[in-house]
Amino acid sequence: MKPFAYERPDDAQGAVATVSADPGAAFLAGGTNLVDHLRLGLATPSTLVDVTGLTSTEITDAPDGGLSIGAGVRNADLAADERVRARYPVLAQALLAGASGQLRNMATTGGNLLQRTRCAYFQDLTTPCNKREPGSGCSALEGWARHHAVLGATHEPADVACVATHPSDMAVALAVLDAQVRVLGAEGERTIPLSALHRLPGGEPSRDTVLAHGELITAVDLPPSPIAARSTYDKVRDRASFAFALVSVAAAIEVVGDTITDARVALGGVAHKPWRATAAEEALVGAPATDDTFRAAARAELVDARPVESPRGGTAFKLPLVTAAVTAALRGLTGREEHA
Amino acid sequence: MHADLSLTVDGRRHELTVDTRTTVLDALREHLDITSAKKGCDHGQCGACTVLLDGRRTLSCLSLAVAHDGSEVTTADGLGADGELHPLQEAFLAHDAYQCGYCTPGQICSAVGMLEEAAAGHPSVVTPDLSADLTAGVDLDRTEIAERMSGNLCRCGAYAHIVDAVDEVAHREVAR
Repeated sequence: MKPFAYERPDDAQGAVATVSADPGAAFLAGGTNLVDHLRLGLATPSTLVDVTGLTSTEITDAPDGGLSIGAGVRNADLAADERVRARYPVLAQALLAGASGQLRNMATTGGNLLQRTRCAYFQDLTTPCNKREPGSGCSALEGWARHHAVLGATHEPADVACVATHPSDMAVALAVLDAQVRVLGAEGERTIPLSALHRLPGGEPSRDTVLAHGELITAVDLPPSPIAARSTYDKVRDRASFAFALVSVAAAIEVVGDTITDARVALGGVAHKPWRATAAEEALVGAPATDDTFRAAARAELVDARPVESPRGGTAFKLPLVTAAVTAALRGLTGREEHA
Repeated sequence: MHADLSLTVDGRRHELTVDTRTTVLDALREHLDITSAKKGCDHGQCGACTVLLDGRRTLSCLSLAVAHDGSEVTTADGLGADGELHPLQEAFLAHDAYQCGYCTPGQICSAVGMLEEAAAGHPSVVTPDLSADLTAGVDLDRTEIAERMSGNLCRCGAYAHIVDAVDEVAHREVAR
C-alpha cells in the first residue's frame, strides 16, 4: 500500500477545498471499497480526506413530503428507518439485499453510490483493463465474464472497450425513485438526478460518474412518490445472500381495474450504471396487468441488448433472466394488490 | 506517515503510534497483541475480523485505525464479564458450533451485534413485512439468523450448529 497522509477537515467545505486543490487526494467515508482498493494497489492517493461526520447522518422529512438522506447515513440505518420502509420499500429491500450486516453498518449513502465495479479484471492489476488503465484493453471480453453488462457497454474499439457493471443495489432503487443527488464542489452546490450521476462507458470507461475531482456528495433527496408505497426490489444472484447481483429489478406499478396506469422499472447488474428501463415502462403503461405484458415490456427494454460472448462464459444468460426477473417482480406487485 | 491515537479495547485504553495505513485489525493484532480478531481474507469478504466498534459489528480489516481514534473496540476476548463466558460463547460450546475455530471469534462478535440490531428493530431482507412496526424487535427464526449471519463465512461448514447456538440465545433473550 502506498503511504498517504490522513486529514480530517472541520467541515465539508474544507474537505472539498482540500481535495479539489490536490489531484492526489481522495475522500474517505465508510471505507468498505476504498480501503480494499488501497490494499489492492488500485487506489494510490497521497492524501485521504476523511469526511466522516462532515455530511449529515440524519434522514429528514422534506417540505414536499419526500425525504432527505444525509450522505453520511449508514446503509443499515437507512434500511431500518420506518419512513423508508413504509414509503419507499424498494429502497429498504435493495439496501438489505446488498453486502452483509457488518458492511451495511459501515457503508454510507454517498460512498455506496461511488463504489466501483467488482469486475475481476478491474481489481487485478496484472491484467489489461481500460477502466483502470485507459488504452490497455478489456480482459473480460475474452475472459471470465459473468457479472458483466448486456446494455450500454462499449465492445469496441479495443482501446476503450468496457463491459463492467455498477455493483450497487441501493442505486438501482434510487433510480426508480427519481432521487436527486446533492453535490458540493469548489464552485458551490449542484443537484444531479440519480440517473444522470453514473455514466455509460462510452469512449472513457475510466470515469464512473459525472462528478469532477473534489466534488462531494452531501445528500440524496427522495421526492414524494405515492407509487413507491407499492414497490419491490428483486435480486438474482449466485448464492442466497452476500453476493452481487447477476440481475436485479427495482419496480413500482399502479393498476386501476386491469390496466396499468403507471410503472417504474430499473435494472441492476446489466450495465455500467443503474439502468432505468424507460422502454419497459412505456410498454407497460396502458396495457393489461398480465404476464404477457410484463414479458413484452422486458423484451422491449432488451431490443438493443448486446451480451458479452466470451469463450469462458458470457452474459447471454442474462437476457432470459432479465425477462423472468422483471415478470416475477411485476407479478408479485400486482398479485399483492389483488389481495389488498 | 504516522499518527498518534487511542483505542479502548475490551475495556482497556491504549495509546499507540501507527502508520496511517494500519487497519484496526492490524493495530489490534500487531501493535497491541490482541489476537482474538482473526485475519481471514483481509478484503471484507469473510467476517473473521468482525469486532464491535463503538457498539456495532464492523469489519476491522476495512477500518483504518487512524480514522477511529478514540473508539471503543470489543473483541471476542472482551465479551464475557468477571471471568464468565458470554451466553453466545457458552452456546457455541454447547452446540459444537465450530470445527477449526478460526472464524469463531468473528462469528460470536457478529452474533452479539446482530442480536442487538434485531432487538432495536432492524429488519433484514427476509423479514416478512418491512412496513410493520418493528420497535418491539424482530423475531428471529432460522432463516432470519442465517441471512443476518451471512457476512461470516465458515469454511469448515459449521453453519447448522452456528444457527442452533444463535437461535438458543436469541430466544433465551426474548423470553427474558
